[in-house]
Amino acid sequence: MFSRKTPFRSRIRQKRQAEPVRSGRGVFTRRALLVMAVQAGVLGVLGRRLYNLQVVDGGHLRQLAERNRTSKRLLAPARGTVHDRFGVALADNKVSWRALLMPEETTDIPAVIERFSQIVPLDEHDRARIERDLRHVHKYVPVTLHEFLSWDDMARIELNAPSLPGVLVDVGSTRLYPFKGLTAHIVGYVAPPNEEDVVKDTTLSLPGMRVGRAGIEQTQEASLRGEPGSVEMEVNAVGRVIGEIDRVEGQQGEDVRLTLDSVLQQQVLGRLEDRVASAVVMDCRNGEVMAMVSTPSFDPSLFDSGVSHAQWNEWASDPRTPLVDKAVSGLYPPGSTFKPAVALAALKSGSVTAQDRFNCPGYYDLGGVRFHCWNRWGHGMINMREGLKFSCDVYFYEVARRCGMDPIKAVGNTMGLGVKPEIELPHVRSGVIPTPEWRQKHGFHWNGGDTVNAGIGQGFVQVTPLELATYTSRIASGRNVQPHLLRATNDQISTMASADDVPKVDLPPEFLDVVRGGMFAVVNDQHGTAPKARLDLPGIQMAGKTGSAQVRRVSRALRESGHFNSMNLPWEYRPHALFICFAPYDNPKYAVAVVVEHGNAGADEAAPLAKLIMTDTLLRDPASDVRPAAPGMASSVVPNAAPPPAGAEMPSAPAETGTSVPTDPPVAQTQPEPGAAQ
Amino acid sequence: MKRNGLNTFGFLKSDRRLLRAEPDFRPMARLLQVNWLYVLLVCVLAGVGYIALYSAGGGSAKPFAGPQMVRFGFGLVMMIAVSLVSPRVLRMAAVPVYLLSVTLLALVLRMGHVGKGAERWINLAGMQFQPSEFAKIGLVLMLATWFHRIGNERMGNPLRLIPPALLTLLPVLLVLKEPNLGTATIIGVIGATMFFAAGMRLWQILLLVAPLPFMGKLIYSHLHDYQKARIDTFLHPEHDPLGAGYNIIQSKIALGSGGMWGEGYLHGSQGQLNFLPEKQTDFIFTMIGEEWGFVGGVAVIALLGTLVMGGMLIAIRSRNQFGRLLGLGIAMDFFLYCAVNLSMVMGAIPVGGVPLPLISYGGSAMLTMMFGFGLLMSAWVHRNERDPGTEDDED
Repeated sequence: MFSRKTPFRSRIRQKRQAEPVRSGRGVFTRRALLVMAVQAGVLGVLGRRLYNLQVVDGGHLRQLAERNRTSKRLLAPARGTVHDRFGVALADNKVSWRALLMPEETTDIPAVIERFSQIVPLDEHDRARIERDLRHVHKYVPVTLHEFLSWDDMARIELNAPSLPGVLVDVGSTRLYPFKGLTAHIVGYVAPPNEEDVVKDTTLSLPGMRVGRAGIEQTQEASLRGEPGSVEMEVNAVGRVIGEIDRVEGQQGEDVRLTLDSVLQQQVLGRLEDRVASAVVMDCRNGEVMAMVSTPSFDPSLFDSGVSHAQWNEWASDPRTPLVDKAVSGLYPPGSTFKPAVALAALKSGSVTAQDRFNCPGYYDLGGVRFHCWNRWGHGMINMREGLKFSCDVYFYEVARRCGMDPIKAVGNTMGLGVKPEIELPHVRSGVIPTPEWRQKHGFHWNGGDTVNAGIGQGFVQVTPLELATYTSRIASGRNVQPHLLRATNDQISTMASADDVPKVDLPPEFLDVVRGGMFAVVNDQHGTAPKARLDLPGIQMAGKTGSAQVRRVSRALRESGHFNSMNLPWEYRPHALFICFAPYDNPKYAVAVVVEHGNAGADEAAPLAKLIMTDTLLRDPASDVRPAAPGMASSVVPNAAPPPAGAEMPSAPAETGTSVPTDPPVAQTQPEPGAAQ
Repeated sequence: MKRNGLNTFGFLKSDRRLLRAEPDFRPMARLLQVNWLYVLLVCVLAGVGYIALYSAGGGSAKPFAGPQMVRFGFGLVMMIAVSLVSPRVLRMAAVPVYLLSVTLLALVLRMGHVGKGAERWINLAGMQFQPSEFAKIGLVLMLATWFHRIGNERMGNPLRLIPPALLTLLPVLLVLKEPNLGTATIIGVIGATMFFAAGMRLWQILLLVAPLPFMGKLIYSHLHDYQKARIDTFLHPEHDPLGAGYNIIQSKIALGSGGMWGEGYLHGSQGQLNFLPEKQTDFIFTMIGEEWGFVGGVAVIALLGTLVMGGMLIAIRSRNQFGRLLGLGIAMDFFLYCAVNLSMVMGAIPVGGVPLPLISYGGSAMLTMMFGFGLLMSAWVHRNERDPGTEDDED
């Protein structure tokens, strides 16, 4: 019954067939049962592990799963815009496009990049950056190919989408400064956050976030930035969005409204032409800055995308310092514009009365040193009004000597000189009114000569144009106005702060009247120093004061040779030309301060400019607040289409005019008369 | 009729009455001898696979579940057909099948399709085929035949064990060369278990096991970088959460998110959202665990365990050494597949491309496993054929 025919049966087996041998079944069964036990044990261990994973650690792992499933993305808030007082946008947001590459969605990345570069050229820098990004990010993280695409580029990419697998166009926002350099120093600019910023506030790592780096953009960062929103999305393993779960809208940044009048700002810029100068127009009743120009300027839009090294070096090495806001951080000797402050100090201290007359023979001897008046022939016996009118140096040498530095400093500070203005800008500098103590603190001895020098605004005295404007405003209005740029945020149109709200300056009005009268005489009297500043407007008169601040000592020998003419000096050694003024004289509304670097003579260079600026201001009367030509009160500036409003000439960006210093003197300067001189 | 009657549940209880019954070689009778309960369990497992693949396809039969069922249909027919083949024929086929499988392994090294850094696939008439799967069946068949030939008595002679040892080492080395550490280990363990169950003497076993630790060190030094990386990743998965450790971490997260009762069929967030890597192949169990929870996962493990134990019992119940070893080899193959795959998805051993049999999507694994089950069933159908000239110890 077991005799099956087996073709492979061996002979040995046949031989042994007689005596049955152990089949090995018993051994097999025992060992198989052992194997089964091991198998059961392994499966039991696996079941136990499954229990641990799913039930014991379940909660923790479920949280991880939830994190896997949802991806929280922050939404960059729209940055608040900056407007002038009539609602014209000075800093706005513009829709821009950027091209991204999804590495996982394309197989041949170099080919795609090559085809992309045929549509939108990529330079070496871009390519290197893209390659670096591709190496460092995961496949599902998009790499930026090109930022700030134009509409045309965007359209061309979309059109060629079939040949550009993995390339997608993302909508972002860029900061737009419609007026380019016009308000660059005031509004400032934004730039991508650096690592330090991101550490402080991680929301800044959001694409498209910008940080204010200068001006209002910097100081008002908190309100402009806004709060990022967030959107929680269901995503799959490759980060692709499947659906939206939750959305928290962010808080858009608040809009900021400035006291500036962009039209007036343009007019002032037009008046300054290509001079290296700064001018401040202030409402002298409340300190609102109507216009504040510093030339040359720069295009703040360039910072948004990152300034090239070449551009930066050009700006940084330009002796005309386009990046510096000369109006708030340029320190200049005030020259004769300081004389009203000295006069006020002398009156206040009682050392001199307005009627006291001093003789000016054309020079002043003190301790063996001879100080000159700018007029070699002298001014004769003059009182304070005449001293201001002629800007007689000798008169103020004597006044300063009698008065001393401490009252000058005190009154100067009261009038806003040598005190850091509380204006909403960064890098605001404070001028200096020296005193013997100040000098000693720096390890020097104070000479009597230093006092008389300070009496004419030379020596160690330094002020900024904004301080000059504040000082002029306080003289004009008799009120302790504080310069400021912010009007209101979020489109609330504040009514102009009434002059009565501003406290009076701590000086008797009659002293101010003396100085105001002197300044009136400077412009309007016969033989005043600034007849060129006389207004052509009927019924409105202006009061002012010239100043010519030497930047270099003139040797006695040169002066006595009779051939001295500062116009023959190289540009950078010529005196600065300054002029301060206010108008209308009988009811002061506006104060203007003009400083033309190396403009040579305040009376010839700065005064006519100030007259033009004041004329513009009065004709425009920006503080009246009822301007018909206020295009849109909200942030309604159309991208790329912000033409300067009516009648303004807008010079091209000054940086483009070349880096060389203008060596030609401005016209109508053939026979200059030195203003104040030592 | 009673004697040769439908013996569906017989593998659990004694059928002493049939012990010395003469086998009935009529095909119909043999068909009735097929253990239909076991076939049913295999179908249930394939059904679980279908359900899981339906979910892996995002709630659709389209990419995975449908084609897999077609393959299973083929496989089922093949299994039944193979189960009717007489062991004599199988033994005759052993040498050609073994040679073919080894030849294919050698071939894949020369001209294989490289997938995931390893040459594992071969293109047979347009179908991707993984010879290492086939090699396991070939080896089981070959070893069962060899040990059948020498019988238990001559297991004590070491010289008789050298040829089967070489026969085992050949496919192991070839698969290792591919390189596929996981499958090579599985093949080696199957061979070793068969040696053990065939009646290898204890002194022989001790002699072989003693030097293993030193071998381990030697092998590790010859591992491929990616294999070493797998071991390192397994030991420290958190070091590279998005790289090599990603699979393990994601798998554990998905299992954990299933909890006790699961997230619900077709609602497993990790699987449906593609966080699970290779969810339709190696990590299909994770998907099941996420959607059906611990309860579902344990049920699947129990089902797999039942199939393994059933296979082992079939082996034990065989009255011939060939059937016993064949059954044990196939059951062991199935068990190792399951154990390695489950350990892998639970992060207990380094990741290797080992699918979960009958559940994971894949053609060659499915077909070779069904072929193996056919062999197992053949051992059952022909369990009462005795080795000539031997006597069972206990009878």
